[in-house]
Amino acid sequence: MIPAAFEYTRPESVDEAVRALAAAGDEAKVLAGGQSLLPLLRLRLAFPELVVDVGRIPALRGVREDGGTLVIGALTTHHDVLRDPLVRRHAGLLAAATQTVADPAVRHRGTLGGSLAHADPAGDLPAVVLALDGELVVAGPNGRRTVAAGDFFVDYLQSALAPDELLVEVRLPKTDGWGFHYEKFHRVAQAYAIVGVAALVRRDDGRIAEARVGLTNMGSTPLRAVAAERALAGADGPDAVARAAELAAEGTRPPQDVSASPEYRTHLARVLTRRAVLAATEAR
Amino acid sequence: MTDQAVAREVGRSRLRKEDARLITGQTNWTDNIQVTGLLQLAVLRSPMAHARIGRVDVSPALDRPGVVAAFSGADLADGLGSLPCAWPVTEDIVLPGHPPIAVDEVRHAGDPVAVVVARDRYLAADALEAIEVDYEPLPPVLDLEAALADDAPLVHADKGTNRSYVWPLATGESFAAVRERAEVTVKRRYHQQRLIPNAMEPRAVVVTPLAASGEYTVYSATQIPHILRIMLATVTGVPEHKLRVIAPDVGGGFGSKLQVYGEEAIALAVARRLGRPVKWTESRSEGYLATHHGRGMIQDVEVAATREGRLLGLKVDLIADMGAYLMLVTPGIPILGAFMYPGIYKMDAYEFTCTGVFTTRTPTDAYRGAGRPEATFAIERIMDELAAELGLDPVELRRRNWIRHEEFPYTTIAGLTYDSGDYEAATDKALALFGYDGLRAEQRERNARGDTVRLGIGVSTFTEMCGLAPSRVLRDLRYGAGGWEAASIRMLPTGKVEVVTGTSPHGQGHETCWSQIAADVLGVPFEDVEVVHGDTRSAPQGMDTYGSRSLAVGGEAVHRAATRVVDKARKVAAHLLEASEQDLDFTDGVFSVKGSPEARRTIQEIAFETFSSHDLPDGMEPTINAEYLVDPENFSYPHGTHLCAVEVDTETGMARIRSYVCVDDVGRVVNPMIVEGQVHGGLAQGIAQALYEEAVYDDEGNLVSGTMTDYLVPSAVDLPDFVTDRTETPAASNALGVKGVGEAGTIASTPAVVNAVVDALRPFGVLDVRMPCTPERIWQAVRSAAAGKEAAA
Repeated sequence: MIPAAFEYTRPESVDEAVRALAAAGDEAKVLAGGQSLLPLLRLRLAFPELVVDVGRIPALRGVREDGGTLVIGALTTHHDVLRDPLVRRHAGLLAAATQTVADPAVRHRGTLGGSLAHADPAGDLPAVVLALDGELVVAGPNGRRTVAAGDFFVDYLQSALAPDELLVEVRLPKTDGWGFHYEKFHRVAQAYAIVGVAALVRRDDGRIAEARVGLTNMGSTPLRAVAAERALAGADGPDAVARAAELAAEGTRPPQDVSASPEYRTHLARVLTRRAVLAATEAR
Repeated sequence: MTDQAVAREVGRSRLRKEDARLITGQTNWTDNIQVTGLLQLAVLRSPMAHARIGRVDVSPALDRPGVVAAFSGADLADGLGSLPCAWPVTEDIVLPGHPPIAVDEVRHAGDPVAVVVARDRYLAADALEAIEVDYEPLPPVLDLEAALADDAPLVHADKGTNRSYVWPLATGESFAAVRERAEVTVKRRYHQQRLIPNAMEPRAVVVTPLAASGEYTVYSATQIPHILRIMLATVTGVPEHKLRVIAPDVGGGFGSKLQVYGEEAIALAVARRLGRPVKWTESRSEGYLATHHGRGMIQDVEVAATREGRLLGLKVDLIADMGAYLMLVTPGIPILGAFMYPGIYKMDAYEFTCTGVFTTRTPTDAYRGAGRPEATFAIERIMDELAAELGLDPVELRRRNWIRHEEFPYTTIAGLTYDSGDYEAATDKALALFGYDGLRAEQRERNARGDTVRLGIGVSTFTEMCGLAPSRVLRDLRYGAGGWEAASIRMLPTGKVEVVTGTSPHGQGHETCWSQIAADVLGVPFEDVEVVHGDTRSAPQGMDTYGSRSLAVGGEAVHRAATRVVDKARKVAAHLLEASEQDLDFTDGVFSVKGSPEARRTIQEIAFETFSSHDLPDGMEPTINAEYLVDPENFSYPHGTHLCAVEVDTETGMARIRSYVCVDDVGRVVNPMIVEGQVHGGLAQGIAQALYEEAVYDDEGNLVSGTMTDYLVPSAVDLPDFVTDRTETPAASNALGVKGVGEAGTIASTPAVVNAVVDALRPFGVLDVRMPCTPERIWQAVRSAAAGKEAAA
């Protein structure tokens, strides 16, 4: 399909990008890797007057350490995230989940920041960053602010970004020593997850000391399976994990769509949570 | 004459000579074509499944930048007749008119209502949004059975019914009689979901007018340039001899480009009206609404058998979804299948009825296999159900009923004469490759253990009819044309060869295979042969490409035309070598005199001698070029045995193919690599129907699976490694011994996969899972079977 007409600008810096966004009021869209925005434009589901292409702002790319925190530039592609030794060492869950994103062509174009800013609850990475207790740094006309992942995802395709703000960094507390697993359930490789479960497990003396469970596509935002997490604390052995996983869908409102019913998603969330937590417990 | 037909090329896995340009895209895809002053056409489509059209106001679009013209259906109605249906399957068929652009009423979401012509496609797309249309909603017609009720809302109100036709066939004893004496009967209902063909290249058309002489060239991404030319002449009134149709390189079709589409006629009418060249290119999501769909049937199937597992009879009742209109061969698709429901089995009675029904959905028509996959699915699925009912191994049940190799040629209960085959050989080979007994043992072990991941094994011993088609049979089936194919061979003065074919490749590799065939007969190098196709001016005669016909009919024509060239060249050679024709040998392209091998002429030298014509036999026409039109004596009948092992996770419902083995018998093989490629692609499409793809409509008649996000086409990573092998039983109905392979994989694989899924779940009491076997459907099947068992206990 053919997008509706729009203006286009390619700022060279974050400040310039923010100025362009601010000048456009509510009518601008940020283009990063284009893997979500371009289909929306082509299907005429989005009609921005201005597209702000941030793809040539080098400062937004790359991974660095900041003490106990891993800092990933919003424009870092999935491919670069996957290859990055710091990510592999300190945020293995993110690497594991990124490996399941679409296909190599998409992973070479699509960016971590773009995926988060798009705030699609069916996307894999929002639930992962939520489970990692990540923080998102956004730049606006009045400087930068930091938003916790739990506050960032507001509703379906809606983030806490103001129209004049740009996501610049993703800050992830290091999870060295945690077991992790991303269990993605999808029918073909390129399809969205019907349900995905991101699990992080810290063990102590064989038991689960602490577990975090992020849920993909179980509501209008990515969610944490809070009840299951509580029940997992102190869980010892597969049966205890299975009992805790039964609580995984509590408080969720899974969608009805062409690929699954809410009832089935609820069932899947339980099964996949059990599997993800067990896998995270075994793997490190 | 002691010609040695040395097969140097046939049987060899030649790399495809067309691939360099196809893969790099450095070629004339229709959308690549640029001509001076080209305008872009865009089509406004109905957002509703069914509505009366009130006012259509295109004038606001005319005010948009770059817009040259805009037309409603009424504006163009004068120059556009109804789109054709070439296969009115019964005398009393209800055949409604099909305006290329709707005038009074839209009957499916995507039905065209207006067009814009602009300087480029962006401007055209923008201007579409300015057109104002008033729709008065009418009730959608979606349920096939409800549509047949007396008080059902009508798709075509003036016809008074949604029933297009009822087509019966009954052969052998009466089914009621064999049912009476049968010890076992099994009856099932199967659903063939609608599928969207998804050719890699979307449809596109370019029309260039030559106003001064009233001539038009139509470039179209079509499978059927020759048929299209005739039909466009009829629809638009442009005389046939003033129309040239070119199918440039075409990126796939799977039957979806075996069609005469409204956009082709509209583009011609608009170019004629404006006197300027126009182009229309479909977007993918537009194609999902506007390019015909495949399948779409309810099948009620019943078999009657003895306790020992001998089939006595088969009864099939179909309700087939025509969609909103009858397009080129819409009503004939289920009828092509009618003859295949008995499959490879012997029986005493066969009854078949198909009822064609109109609905407010995109029309259905040919899609890879076209009627035969549906038939094969039904018989192969119910054979497994019968085996379960009898407590027999499904392979053993098939052995007890199939035609044995020594029984060929064999006339089936449906009246077809299968010329050759060896089901025993293909099955034995497949079972060994698959490790059938070992997998059965593992299955028993897992079932005994109550494993949450169950193993299922599915078999499909398929055959199909292809090589379409003997013209007299087509007449008997009320098809509007013949089934012959043409080839001509031009020997160029320098010894190079042009093979002109009436087949129209869209990815199959005809250029390579036809070169291999011609090179062998003529004894010239493969590289010296060029294949010309797809242009009604350079390849004026043809019936085009569909139904796995190209090799068995078109390839055979190439073979025979080349043989004629050799016969003519022999006369020239005999004259030049001062020998009698009987004293000449012809080997590897060289004529030589028996006993004096130094007296020789190559056929390429003869080509030049004929061109100069200085020294030809008295009275001889100065050419060794030749043509041949083949009208096949019979269909061809590829067959094979496909085996699929599926692991089903009963907790999530996910079915994963663990191994897939197929042994196909497609007769003599011209290019093994191309055959392998066709089998792989065919398997992917058949597996896609079993597990992934479905055109889903909501209650309003909107296509919900309207993009590739929701219509799941599997890619290579979603499919297992295929183990493919062959047996080779030559076809008896053509000199090449070939059968055709374009559809075999698709026809065979769907039931193999679903049989495997159901086999895995049989211990739970599951008798069927509706296609596509999605994880949710499998999960629900296990749950409801378990609930049923509990209720019974």
